[in-house]
Amino acid sequence: MSSDIHALSGAYAVDALDDIERAQFERHLAECDTCRSEVDSLLEASGVLAEAVFLAPPAALRDRVLAGIETVRPLPPVVAPVVSLDTVRRKRRFPALVAAAAVVTLIGAGVAVTQPWQDETTQITLSAADRVLQAPDAETWTKSPVTGGTIKVTRSRSLNQAVVEAKGLATLPDGKTYALWLQHDGVMIPAGLLSGEGSLPVVLEGDPGSAEATAVSIEPASGSLHPTTFPIATFEFEQV
Amino acid sequence: MDPLRPEAAGAPSIGGAPVAPDLSELLKLSARGDQGAFAVLYDAMAARVYGLAVRVVRDPAQAEEVTQEAFLEIWRMASRYDVERGSATAWMLTIVHRKAVDRVRSAEAATRRDTTYHSQNQAVDHDSTADAAHASLEARRVRAALHSLTAVQREALELAYFGGYTHTEVATMLDLPVGTAKTRIRDGLIRLRDTMGVGA
Repeated sequence: MSSDIHALSGAYAVDALDDIERAQFERHLAECDTCRSEVDSLLEASGVLAEAVFLAPPAALRDRVLAGIETVRPLPPVVAPVVSLDTVRRKRRFPALVAAAAVVTLIGAGVAVTQPWQDETTQITLSAADRVLQAPDAETWTKSPVTGGTIKVTRSRSLNQAVVEAKGLATLPDGKTYALWLQHDGVMIPAGLLSGEGSLPVVLEGDPGSAEATAVSIEPASGSLHPTTFPIATFEFEQV
Repeated sequence: MDPLRPEAAGAPSIGGAPVAPDLSELLKLSARGDQGAFAVLYDAMAARVYGLAVRVVRDPAQAEEVTQEAFLEIWRMASRYDVERGSATAWMLTIVHRKAVDRVRSAEAATRRDTTYHSQNQAVDHDSTADAAHASLEARRVRAALHSLTAVQREALELAYFGGYTHTEVATMLDLPVGTAKTRIRDGLIRLRDTMGVGA
């Protein structure tokens, strides 16, 4: 398996992986120095390809970009956390676990990863799924849709967040996806998509803390404003 | 690790003394909120960024949007660039490429959903390349390097990089067994890297 995934380095460097493979490979990258340095070097090579396609943009674009940055705050640098040697040693003993958690939360947060060197940032910015799963007030519900597999919802009211974990869901035809919903005042509001067969936790968008229920339905891959099919699973939250 | 090659700067680099802006320094200044430095960075990179965006998404209006999004992302993420891991150019182009590919894939999903949607693409005037000097020099080098690839490597790599197709799609398009395209893409990149003398 590991030699197989290693072979994805080139396709990763040219963004030729689908979302699932990309997530798998990024999980692998977090624990494989060899692959990481290979990817770094292949990114240099792929950048070279762009040298052949110079094209001056319209002049007005410059003004729009420069006006645009005025409203965007640059992110702070990643600061290495101060940890004791003891902590480091303990962490090293479970590298796979730590790496897996990093990717899981990366996916969970639903963040479009555009930065090639994202591994430093995952740990500081993206731990939403883990926080929910480990929250002291986490409540869980599990259902098995008739279409197969299981869906587990974990909600933390104090964090106002919920995580959906799916296992073994039926593979959908091209152009379809599992969509997540939160119900407020009887109305289903879009809360994100389950990528692929949903083997990784997904953090719901919205306010699960005050929602009455969450549901999963099959929708067009590009999403829907309202469920267009009957949900394959509905989870009613207990109201305060 | 070999030292990185000097930045291929966006400033004209033939004739006269090239005043090549140090892109990684400009990124560092941008991370501190220096908009002037970012403007210089924009000027150095704009033709490369837009050229890549047009090549991948095809539609000039969408390519402009991708270019704008990419530059905003570069501004936002500037502090995360790590000089130890690669050149500033490659870091920025990676961001641009991901944005462009995301754009064609989501557009494709939208088209599949709504088949009545039609966009009348204007042809891009490829002759309007401003940086002809750069294009003639660096692009010639790149083209020479591309010719060092085998035809099948080049085919797979171009479909993936410029076409925005996944390696599985590339395999299907080229009637290859699944798994072969990713190998060709990787082998092609490795050869390109070694021919151009970039990367570690």
